[in-house]
Amino acid sequence: MLRVHSIFKVTDYLTQILAVADAEVCKLRRDPSELLTRAFQPVIWLLLFGEVMTNVRGLNTNSIPYLDFLAPGVLAQSVLFSAIFYGISVIWERDLGVLHRQLVSPAPRSALVLGKAISAGVRGVSQAIIVYALAMLLGIQLSFTPLNILAVTALIWAGSALFSTFSLIIACLVKTRERFMGIGQVLTMPIFFASNAIYPIEIMPNWLQIISLGNPLTYEVDGIRALMLKDGVSKFGLIQDFSVLLIVAGLCVAVAAKLYPRLGE
Amino acid sequence: MASPNVVIHTIDLTKRYGTLVAVDRLNLTISAGEIVGLIGTNGAGKSALLKMLTTLLPPSSGSAFVGGYDLVKEPSKVRAHIGYVPQLISSDGNLTGYENLLMSARLYLVPRQAREPRIAAALERMQLTGARDRLVQHYSGGMIRRLEIAQAMLNEPTVLFLDEPTVGLDPVARHGIWTHMRELRDRVGMTILLATHQMNEAEALCDWIGVMHGGILKATGTPEALKSSLGADATLDDVFAKITGAESEFDGSLRNVQQARDSARTHA
Repeated sequence: MLRVHSIFKVTDYLTQILAVADAEVCKLRRDPSELLTRAFQPVIWLLLFGEVMTNVRGLNTNSIPYLDFLAPGVLAQSVLFSAIFYGISVIWERDLGVLHRQLVSPAPRSALVLGKAISAGVRGVSQAIIVYALAMLLGIQLSFTPLNILAVTALIWAGSALFSTFSLIIACLVKTRERFMGIGQVLTMPIFFASNAIYPIEIMPNWLQIISLGNPLTYEVDGIRALMLKDGVSKFGLIQDFSVLLIVAGLCVAVAAKLYPRLGE
Repeated sequence: MASPNVVIHTIDLTKRYGTLVAVDRLNLTISAGEIVGLIGTNGAGKSALLKMLTTLLPPSSGSAFVGGYDLVKEPSKVRAHIGYVPQLISSDGNLTGYENLLMSARLYLVPRQAREPRIAAALERMQLTGARDRLVQHYSGGMIRRLEIAQAMLNEPTVLFLDEPTVGLDPVARHGIWTHMRELRDRVGMTILLATHQMNEAEALCDWIGVMHGGILKATGTPEALKSSLGADATLDDVFAKITGAESEFDGSLRNVQQARDSARTHA
C-alpha cells in the first residue's frame, strides 16, 4: 500500500516538473530565434579565436590539435552562458506576475526549480547540436558512438541544471534585473577563464589551478572532451566528472528550492 | 476553533517589514459562499493580507486557517484548496490559453483523465473556447482576466482570492468579470475574497466589506450598513473617506504606480 502511494507521489512530482519544463519548451519551440542568436557565440570562438590560436602552437594540448581541444570547451561555455542568465528570466516572470501563479500552486518548490533546470537542458542540448555541426564542418575528429553521444547529452543536461539553478539562487538573493545583470557578468567570466575550456590546467599558475579544480565547469569540459572527441581522454575520469556535476547540481537545486519562495514575497 | 462553515479565519495576523507594520493584528472570519471585499488606499495592507492568505508571504506573527488548514504549518494543503488571481497579470503571454490552463492543471495535479474535460469546461464557462489556441499576448484585458480566473478554478478551490481583478479594464470587461464572479458564487458556492480600490465594484459584488487602513481592519459590514452608518444619502466613497480620513490621498509606492500603469497598458 505504502509502495503504491510512493509511486503516485513520484509520478505527481514528475508531472509538476513537466508542467514547468513543457511550458518553457513550448515557448522555445514557438520562438527559436534565441537559439539562433546564441549560436553566434560558438561560431566566433571556433572560427576566429580557434583558427588564430591554432597557429600559435604554444599550448601543450597532449597532441590533440588546438581546434579539437577547444571545441568541447566552446560547447561547455555555450551551455554555461545560456544557463547562467536563467535567473534573469525568472525575475522577469516575477515582475510580470507569471511566477506567482506557480508559487501559489501546491507543487513543491524543488519541482518548480527542476522544471526550469530541465528546460535549461533543452537549450543546452540545442547548443550542442550547433557546436557539433560546426565542429564537423571544421574537420574536428568527433566521436559519434551512441553511448558517447548519450553521455555528452547527460553531461550537458547536468551542467545546464547546475548553472541554471545557480543562477536561480542568485536571482532569489538579488531580486532585481539590474543587480542580476551586474553579478551575472562578474560571475560568468571567472567561471569560464578559471576552467580548462580554452587552455589546459597545467599552464595555469598554481593558485589558479586550485580554483580551477573547484570549478564544476572544469569537470564538465573534461567529460565532454573525453566523450566528444574521437581520441578524447578524461583527465579526472568520467566517474569523477559526472559525480562532481551531479552532486553540485543537486546542492544547487536544494538551495534554489529553499530560496525560491522569496521571489513571490 | 472556528465553525466548519468558516473558510477563512485569522487570529491577530500580522506582517511587519522592519519597523513598518503592513498588516496589524488582523482578525477576520469569512464563511463559505460569501463574497467579501477589502477596500483601502494603496499601502493599506490589502495585498500583503492576500499574499499571506495565499502562502506567498510568511506572517510575522498571529495565525490563520484557510479551508481548515493552518497557513504556516500546512501551506501546501492550503495551496491545494485555493485559487488566486494576483494583481499583476499571471497568465504567460507567450503561451496559448490552452497551454496556460494545461500548465495549471498539471501543477494542481488534476487527474490526467479529468484534465481535458476540466480545461474545456473552464474555457466554456469563461467564454474563451474560440480563443484557446491563441497566444495570450493577443488577448484583450478582459479575456486575460477571465483566463486567469479559469486557471485559478481548475483545481475546484474552496476559496478564490482576487487582487484588484478589474484594474485597467474598460466598463464592459469589468461588468463581464463581475457577472462571472457572481456565477461562481451562485452556481458553485465559491467563497471569494477580493481586494479592490473601486467602491462600485465592492458595492456591486460583495456580501460584506472590510475597510483597511494602515494595516488595520477599521470597519466591516454590508455596503448598506456601512452607508447607513453615515446617513441616508451617504455613499461608500463617503464611508471610505470618513474611515481613512485626510490620509486617503494617494500614498502608493512607485511599485504600485508602475504596476497599475503596466496593467492598464497591457489591458489597453
